[in-house]
Order: sequence, then C-alpha cells, then structure tokens
Amino acid sequence: MSIYLDHAATTPMVDGAIETMTVQMRKLGNPSSLHTHGRAIRKEIEEAREVVATSIGSLPSEVIFTASGTEANNTALKGLFWAGQKIGRNLIVISAIEHHAILDPAQWLVEHEGAELVKIGVDSNGVLNIGELTNLIAQRGDEVAVISVMASNNETGVVQPIAEVVELAKINSIPVHCDAVQSFGKVPLSFSELGLTALTLSAHKIGGPFGIGVLVLRRAVEIPALLHGGGQEREIRSGTLNAPSILAFSAAVKESVETFEVRNFRVEQIRDDFARRIVEVIPDAYINGIEATRLPGIINVTFPGTESDTLLLLLDAEGISCSTGSASSAGVHRPSHVLLAMGHTETSAMSSLRFSLGTMTTFEEIDETLRVLPSVIDRGRMANLR
Amino acid sequence: MKLIAAMSGGVDSAVAAARAVEAGHDVIGVHLALSSNPQKYRSGARGCCTVEDSHDARRAADVIGIPFYIWDMAQEFHEEVVENFLAEYAAGRTPNPCLRCNEKIKFAAVLDRARAMNFDGVVTGHYAITKEGPIGKTLHRAIDETKDQSYVLSVLTVEQIQGAIFPLGDTRKTDIRKEAEARGLFVANKPDSHDICFVPTGDNAGWLRDRLGSETGPIVDQAGHQVGQHKGAYTYTIGQRRGLGLSVPTIDGSPRFVLKVEPETNTVVVGSREDLAVSTMVGENPVWCGPAVDNTPTRGFVQIRAHGQPLACTYHFDGELLTAQLDEPIFGLATGQAMAIYDGDRVVGSATICQTHS
Repeated sequence: MSIYLDHAATTPMVDGAIETMTVQMRKLGNPSSLHTHGRAIRKEIEEAREVVATSIGSLPSEVIFTASGTEANNTALKGLFWAGQKIGRNLIVISAIEHHAILDPAQWLVEHEGAELVKIGVDSNGVLNIGELTNLIAQRGDEVAVISVMASNNETGVVQPIAEVVELAKINSIPVHCDAVQSFGKVPLSFSELGLTALTLSAHKIGGPFGIGVLVLRRAVEIPALLHGGGQEREIRSGTLNAPSILAFSAAVKESVETFEVRNFRVEQIRDDFARRIVEVIPDAYINGIEATRLPGIINVTFPGTESDTLLLLLDAEGISCSTGSASSAGVHRPSHVLLAMGHTETSAMSSLRFSLGTMTTFEEIDETLRVLPSVIDRGRMANLR
Repeated sequence: MKLIAAMSGGVDSAVAAARAVEAGHDVIGVHLALSSNPQKYRSGARGCCTVEDSHDARRAADVIGIPFYIWDMAQEFHEEVVENFLAEYAAGRTPNPCLRCNEKIKFAAVLDRARAMNFDGVVTGHYAITKEGPIGKTLHRAIDETKDQSYVLSVLTVEQIQGAIFPLGDTRKTDIRKEAEARGLFVANKPDSHDICFVPTGDNAGWLRDRLGSETGPIVDQAGHQVGQHKGAYTYTIGQRRGLGLSVPTIDGSPRFVLKVEPETNTVVVGSREDLAVSTMVGENPVWCGPAVDNTPTRGFVQIRAHGQPLACTYHFDGELLTAQLDEPIFGLATGQAMAIYDGDRVVGSATICQTHS
C-alpha cells in the first residue's frame, strides 16, 4: 500500500488541469505575438487571468504570472523593499515562521542592500504575536518599508491574523505582502477585502502544474523588476508567458473553487479523526498549534523521544510518505525554525512530523497509517537511545 | 537480511551496495553527513562529505534502485573523531581518525541505529573479508593487498564484526571500477579519496596549527641542548627529517630525526636514526576481533600503518597491556597509532601504542 500524506509539499494535478495542459501543448503561438496565432493564445491567457483574479478577489490586471511561488515572494519582498528604500524606509518586518522563500530573500536584503530585518514572534500555538507588531509599528512605523506575513503556516497549518496586520499597517501606509501559497483553495481568502498590497500563490499546491506561481500586486503599485526582458507582465516580470501551465493552473483553480466546501469539509473530518486517534495510540504525542485555527489538511505532531528523520525512513519503508518539515541544502535534517519559534527545544522540534492530507486521502489510509505507527514510534525511540 | 548501506558517494561503497542487493538483501542506502557545514564541491581527492558527494551517493542509489536517506552524524563525528584527533595531537600522540570513525561512527552509532530500526547490519565499501568458522565470524585481509583496509577495521569488536558486511574484499580495486562501469554507476572513475576527510585542504600541519596554536619552542638533542626552534610542536611527526630548520649541525654531519614530541614543555627532541629504532611496542585499551589474546607468547604479525608492511613478531597480553616483540627493529614509531595483530591474514585485534622500546 502506498499512502501519500504530504499534500502540503505538492498534491496531484487534477484531471481538468492535465487535459488542458495536454491540449495547450499542441497549440502554436507566442501570446505576445500580434498575429492570429499569438492573439488566440493571448485570449486564453487573459481568460485564465480572470479566473485566477476572481478566485482570489483581485482585479485581473493585478495578477502577474511568475514561474513559482518563490519567484513571486522574491519579487514582492525585494520590490516593495526597494520602493520603500527610495522614500527613506529601511526596515523589513516579517513573521518568525515564514517559509524560506521569504526568510532567505529578507536575509539577502540585509546582507546585500543594507536592510534592517525584524522578525515578529509567535505564541505557543504558532499564531503571530500581534502585540509585538503593534509595539513595533507604534515606535518605528515610519521606518517600515514592507511587512510580509504568511496567510497560514506550511508546517503547522496555523492561520495567521492577516486582517489585523493590514489594519496596523494602515497607520503608516506600510505595504503588506502575504504568502498565501498554503491557504489558497483551503480557506476563504480575498485580496481586496483584506486590503493587501501583494499576495503570492502557487499552482502545484492546488492541483495545477509545477513551475507556475502568481504575484497579485495591487494596481498602480510600481516596484522594480527582478527579471528584465520583454516586459510581458506589467514590466514587473519578463519572460515568455507559459501558456500551457497558466491555462492548466486556471483549470485547477476552477475545480478548486467548485469543490471548495465539500472538499475542505471532508479533508478536515479525516484530519480530525486522524489527530484524535494518533494521540490515542501514542499517548505522549501532541499536536502542534492545536488550539489555533488551522488549515483543514495539515497536522504537525511531536513524538517525544524520537528523531523525525528516523520516523520518516521507517514510515517510508511501510509505504507512507510524510515530511520532517525542514532540511538543510545538504539534505540534513534540521530543527524547524517554525517549531523553535513556538517554544520547542531543538530536541522536540526534531521529534516532529508533518502529515498533510489531500482530496484523495481516505479513512482507510488513515487506518493503515495508525496500524503501523506504534511499531514505527517504538523502533524510532530505540534508535534514538544513543 | 535487512541492511543499511553506508554510501559515501564513492565507487567502492556504491558497488558494495549493489552487490548486497544482488545477493538478495533488502538494502537501504544512507549517506552520513559528517560535517555540519559541508563544502559544496569536492576539492582534489579529499573527503567524502561535500554536497556533491552526497549527490553522487543519491544517484548511485537511484541506479541500484534502493531508497536513499541522509543521516546527520555531524555532532557524533565531531565529538568522537575530530575532538579526539585534536586531543591526541595535543598530548603528543599521532592518532588515526579513520580507525576512530569506524570504531565510533560507522560500526557504532550507525550500526546501533540500524539495529534499533530492525536492520541486521551495515554494508560498507571497505576492502576486507569476513569468514564464518569454528571461532565465529572473523575479520581478514582483502585479496587486493594494495587496497586492504583490515587495519582501519582492527578496532571492531566481535559484536561489531557480526553486523558488518564487506562485499568487496574478494575483488581487486581495478575490477571494482570495471564493475561499477558495467553497472552504470557513473562514479566508476571518481578518484580515490586520501588523507583526512575533515582537513579539506590536505594541510594537516596548518589545520592543527590553526586549532592548537603555533607557539614556537625549542628543538633539543637528547642531551637537552637546543639545536633549533620549532613552529608548533604538534605539527612534527616521529621520524620526520625534513623541514626541521636546525641551526646546529651534528659533528659528523649525519641527519637528525624527530624522536619525541613533548607537549607539556612544548619541546621537540631530535636524534640520530639509530635512536629511532624500536624493537618492542606496547599498546593499551585493546580490542579483540575474535578470541581474546592471553599471556602466552604467540607468533604473528603486527601492522602499524594503514598500508604498512606486516612485521613478524611475538606478542602477548598480560591482562592490561599488549606487547609485540619485533623480529627486526623498525625506525620511527609514534605513540597513539594503532598496532594491529594478525594471525596470517586474520585480524586478531589491536591496541593503541603507548610505549616503544629500542
């Protein structure tokens, strides 16, 4: 039996997306060309843009297609920082639990562009400490070039108080970027209602293909580009538009919108059942962020006395795929910065696994996982007695 | 059997893993990350701990068709091997970190972890042979005497040897390369690694100086007269002749050799070649790879370097110290090295040299 419990890493492409992509790959024409071939593709791309815009509550003109969520995050954070720097603002504010696609560009801006970085902490449930942000803005609000806080955390699934962040940022007209890669299609999300300046999406987390992301950037906000060339996307992102992937993304978005309530309700039911039974079979295990509002499909569990890379190997040998959350560039298991920020010790952080469920996850798969879990945890504990 | 194959990213461990799979074992490939801050690329023929080596190991596992993981052993390696290496030098001894790594990491931390996870043993690409016989599973030299690694395995206990699988001992290295090529392992032509893996530049003396300091001190002759100045006592090895920079020549113009390094007084002692002669060596903390040695003088061989010659000797163990009386004296032997005892091609055991006598 092969059981995939790593949907937060990536989830299967939906049939509609695969079909659309296959059809598009046979079509000829560069969407930037002026002739009939080009215009035909361009028309489909603009329709796709409208589908994406509607799904996220933005204007079509605010949707910029990129080659990944990472690219969208980099473009937003660096662009908004440089724009702020021009008017004398040098401070970047992010949460301590951001994905590396925000943490690393922020650190790069510190090292190469003289930025100052402040990371706002989280409470023991992994929720952004709004009080800390309030104090910072009260004291130094006029120095802040950009705030970036994720809509929900990729390791714990804990939903973040973005509306409150935007409200606080208004006082000093600070642009707010939100990495919504994990939240998109899982919880209601509206770019315009939240009043965000920028937002990041990624196709492959919702059943679309790899290699397509979106930066939603409020109209009339101008930021410097990272990639220069044909200027295809508002002069902010250059590069031939990837028509097959964009259209497949749009097909996945359509399906995601149509199935939103039923799908998320079902995933959440299975997840809650799983969580309840994990703690039954492993009494000292605990769920991280359990008291916070979380995405329906993610469950992050600490199994005291184990090392999660050992557990991953043993579960893998049983045909079950899950995640340890964090690895260095060399592939070496490291304590998760997210769990550390929540007050974990290095040891307990390295004893934690993320299971993430998707549309295809069944109760039977959860039964099977729970059947092998006790012996895996036992062996994991033995292996840790060094 | 369910086995963990330790895969360095080199040709030997890749072929070893492939042979274990072919022999019908259920094998999982594991690359040991031994540095917490690995370099991206290999430089020269040193080390097995770069990101590039880890990638090579992963690709070999792909070709063989086995699962692959990276195990972080950086902390254990630092504490057990690197720190020990420094402490030994600081005490004026000359350690062999490869032995130490086999003893404390590959066939201890890794084997223990593997066993706890219900694996039966660890496969490595070492050139050595194990045999089942009336005295149990024993450790022997590989058939390729130029590649034989039984010396660096002579620190393994019977229990550790029980969990060790060495599929390469019956084959010559040149044939292993051919086999790797035939198996489609692109590491077939990767150069052999030499030297000490955690000294990426290969400059052991410089590496030691950076960590232990390079306080200058006297070089003296055996009468205690200063004949020169050294640049950090730790960086001198017993028997060393070149690079001493002595200011006072000997009367007859004969060369001088390093006889002793004395860290307490930061002194290097030099003398003539004859003064280096060693006929008896004594080792402490012995490990037996089979039945324990007793006080009965026994004929055999002792080896003192990884690829050194086996030296005919008579040995015995008095319950605390292992003594080997050489048939012919040798010149230049540092304490801290391992003395491995052989009975023909079988490894009897080893001890850490603590005294030498002329």
